Amino acid sequence: MKNAFYEQHRDEIEAILAKYPPEHKRSAMLPLLYLVQREFGGHIPPEGMQIVAEILDVSVTEVDGVVGFYTLFHDRPGGRYRIQVCTDMPCALRGAEDFLHQLEDALGIKAGETTPDGLITLEEVMCIAACDKAPVFQVQTPEGLTYHENMDLEKALALVEAWRKAEAERAAQ
Amino acid sequence: MAEHLLLRHRDIPDIDRLEVYRAHGGFEAFRKAVTQMDPDAVTDEVKRSGLRGRGGAGFPTGLKWSFMDKSNWPHYVVANADESEPGTFKDREIMERNPFQFLEGVAIAAYAVGAQRAYIYLRGEFWPIARWLDEKIAELEAAGLLGDNLFGTDYSLRIYTHLGAGAYICGEETALLESLEGKRGQPRVRPPFPPQKGLWGKPTVVNNVETLTNVPLIIERGADWYRTMGTEKSPGPKVFSLSGRVKRPGNYELPLGTTFRELIFEHGGGIIDDRPIKGIMAAGASSSIMVATDEVLDTPMDYESPQKVGGMLGSASVIVLDDTVNMAWLVKKTVHFFHHESCGKCTPCREGTYWMDKLIQRIMSGQGTQQDVETLYEVALQIRGKTLCALGEFSTMAVVTGIERFKEDFEAVVRGA
Repeated sequence: MKNAFYEQHRDEIEAILAKYPPEHKRSAMLPLLYLVQREFGGHIPPEGMQIVAEILDVSVTEVDGVVGFYTLFHDRPGGRYRIQVCTDMPCALRGAEDFLHQLEDALGIKAGETTPDGLITLEEVMCIAACDKAPVFQVQTPEGLTYHENMDLEKALALVEAWRKAEAERAAQ
Repeated sequence: MAEHLLLRHRDIPDIDRLEVYRAHGGFEAFRKAVTQMDPDAVTDEVKRSGLRGRGGAGFPTGLKWSFMDKSNWPHYVVANADESEPGTFKDREIMERNPFQFLEGVAIAAYAVGAQRAYIYLRGEFWPIARWLDEKIAELEAAGLLGDNLFGTDYSLRIYTHLGAGAYICGEETALLESLEGKRGQPRVRPPFPPQKGLWGKPTVVNNVETLTNVPLIIERGADWYRTMGTEKSPGPKVFSLSGRVKRPGNYELPLGTTFRELIFEHGGGIIDDRPIKGIMAAGASSSIMVATDEVLDTPMDYESPQKVGGMLGSASVIVLDDTVNMAWLVKKTVHFFHHESCGKCTPCREGTYWMDKLIQRIMSGQGTQQDVETLYEVALQIRGKTLCALGEFSTMAVVTGIERFKEDFEAVVRGA
């Protein structure tokens, strides 16, 4: 089933679908959800689920169930930059919990909250395979994800400052 | 220091460039397999090498390949790059720094089992690595090393990356396949195992990244050479991920059978501030906590020996604990993790991890009693042996061994000391 979203992103969607045999196109679920999440600015609203359901010929409920299962999909809007600090056990053994608290104080929000300007959401995550480089966080944006390892408060705040500047410039244009 | 065979980028600069990898013999093993060897001969060579799965289970790789149902086609190979066990970060380094050796391993495995399509399932957090591997795969296609009619034969192969989206359980091979089919990542009932009924119901081999990265070496240099490393039952090199309270955490490639003492004190530089070592978790958050006695420290890290001293090797993610660590705190962290990651399919795991999380939180908040510690222990034992996959079992390991072997840590918390 094709829809307006499909027409708008035809090349990208066809490239995704081409990775799987046509009779198993449901396998494109996760990649399509990433695409929809990007286009909706970092979360997947009900109409986004509808779009994916139509392309894959499955029910919206099925799509909703998948979105809810995976932590990198968000059904609610958050900050443009999601700072996801690993506080799992190996990182916690190397100071990750203290680091998170410092970051909470500096940003004036608790883990799970978003800054009033809507720029940053601070979150805790489970192990991200960087245990030897703690403290570490990943930054998820609508477009993708980057790792920031061997962090301290100063380095983290420099990143935040750079994002604020970039956003201000974007707004001024 | 012996040559690195898996972390080869540490000896050979720029091995992530195809021309450099090829200048060091890269893709000659794949060419040899496709042009000179029968697929079954490739499987037999891997069988003879004694290579065992590096994802944690230690299952013989060649044997797994030989289980593929030859009456049901097509066949698939899936590389498990979901690396999510707390304390494990080896596959990431291999893919980031030595990507072609891994991809060649995928290609050889595919040829051996007659697969013309292979998928690399990466955890969603490895988004940049997936893009990176896509570039490398495109280079291989442009160089005629992947694609149709390879080396002038009728064998064709395509490799695709596929990103997960954040779920530890997808490292379990049947949950991974569910996820790759676009569903929630919940484990399947086994048997049938994937070599009978895997991706889209077809025979499928699922192998860990590090396992596959061993394969080109075995085909290039032979099973006999491979067996000269490691031990009789656990041959070959292994990447150990060392983390926790050590001076130099990181990946160390050493022969299987190296002792914990050598890894932690020689390679890892010993304990932070030279404090006393207290415990070791050898298989990440899923492992039992071993008391770091001399006997344990001198135990060889292979697939058998740690079991004799109350541990297991698993994915060889060695987390080191010193005397600053209270094991009740550690259990709070592991239980929280498994409660968060339980997929919810099996009641004992879903409910058990929920109640363990409640109990350990109460204990750690200072509101708990000794009775709560005993209830926690009982709940853990009730989960064991009652779940479809190993996650339920894993969630109990630190709980049971923590309470049995470090009772005083729990008593101290309950007393408010």
